[in-house]
Amino acid sequence: MNQWKNFSKGFFKENAVFVLLLGLCPTLGVTSSAINGLGMGLATAFVLVMSNLVISLIKNLIPDKVRIPVFIVVIASFVTIVQLTMEAFVPSLYDALGLFIPLIVVNCIILGRAEAFASKNNLVSSLIDGLGMGLGFAMALTMLGAIREILGNGSIFDIRFVPEDASTMLLFILSPGAFIVLGYLIAFINRLNKSKS
Amino acid sequence: MNYVIIIIGAIFVNNIVLSKFLGVCPFMGVSNKVSTSVGMTGAVTFVMVLATIVTWLLQRYVLDPFDIGFMQTVTFILVIAALVQMVEIILKKISPPLYQALGVFLPLITTNCAVLGVALLTVQNEFNLIEGVVFSIANAIGFGLALIIFAGIREQLDLVVVPKGMRGIPIALVVAGLLAMAFMGFTGIV
Repeated sequence: MNQWKNFSKGFFKENAVFVLLLGLCPTLGVTSSAINGLGMGLATAFVLVMSNLVISLIKNLIPDKVRIPVFIVVIASFVTIVQLTMEAFVPSLYDALGLFIPLIVVNCIILGRAEAFASKNNLVSSLIDGLGMGLGFAMALTMLGAIREILGNGSIFDIRFVPEDASTMLLFILSPGAFIVLGYLIAFINRLNKSKS
Repeated sequence: MNYVIIIIGAIFVNNIVLSKFLGVCPFMGVSNKVSTSVGMTGAVTFVMVLATIVTWLLQRYVLDPFDIGFMQTVTFILVIAALVQMVEIILKKISPPLYQALGVFLPLITTNCAVLGVALLTVQNEFNLIEGVVFSIANAIGFGLALIIFAGIREQLDLVVVPKGMRGIPIALVVAGLLAMAFMGFTGIV
């Protein structure tokens, strides 16, 4: 398989959020600012790459019947690593993401890639797949976070570009904004994918 | 702690789907028909309450005394996965009609972040067991309420003319946004 294609499919053609609609909970829950989206995306990408790596290494040792619990344990271990590392080094981001860090475990993308890809392919392909899918997820979250932050707070990556007393559309930072912005983004990406093919 | 505050807070003010964004996958996935969303709500209620009880006991009598809190994520998800399997097997044996109604939804629930989320929130908020049970029931009701309202709207949505690019998921998300806006009206009640 062409490795470049394998890597790049995660960004647009098979983007986890925009096309496959997986992992919507963290997508909507943490993207009130671009930096939160990026942090969550990178944390998820790390877990995805590492779990793909381990699962493709041990795929021949796992009995078929217990493979899902084994995958879950592998994923949960890496999530715990991420959780403890973030708590130690980036406590502010850890507080902002809150409950959604342990919930990376139940992010369908990770289990989905483990089951659909890593358990059937070799080490290198699985790594590249994890990297592409993970960065695609991070990109989606950052885009959503950036749009919501620009509209709702008049800033991007915490750099404010409107006057201090300007009124912004707060709605986009609150929960309804998440659904609405994602809806329009998906429509836009669908259009983009269609015109390409 | 006042149970009424927990109940109102979990159902309306901090609705699990529309304000905490937990369980959005089934919310988008099975909300095409009112009847399936009722089935899903039943299954989620069942598993959520059981999972909260079991994980609360685990946290209190295993994780805390041995000071192994860092194992929380691993233990909780394994317990929930095992619990879902067990519920499925037991239901199949003792109550085939109930299994018929809930069976298809049970495997989906393992990766429903609402179940793990409520279990974790119960521990985080330091509820006692009864408060935890009340909290999980209220959250399940909140999930069901949002899901069933949304399914009702989506059934109507099939009949209206929507711009081509917005058909399907995009318009459903915008509708969910409007529903979330409606639920924001409850802010400040408790």
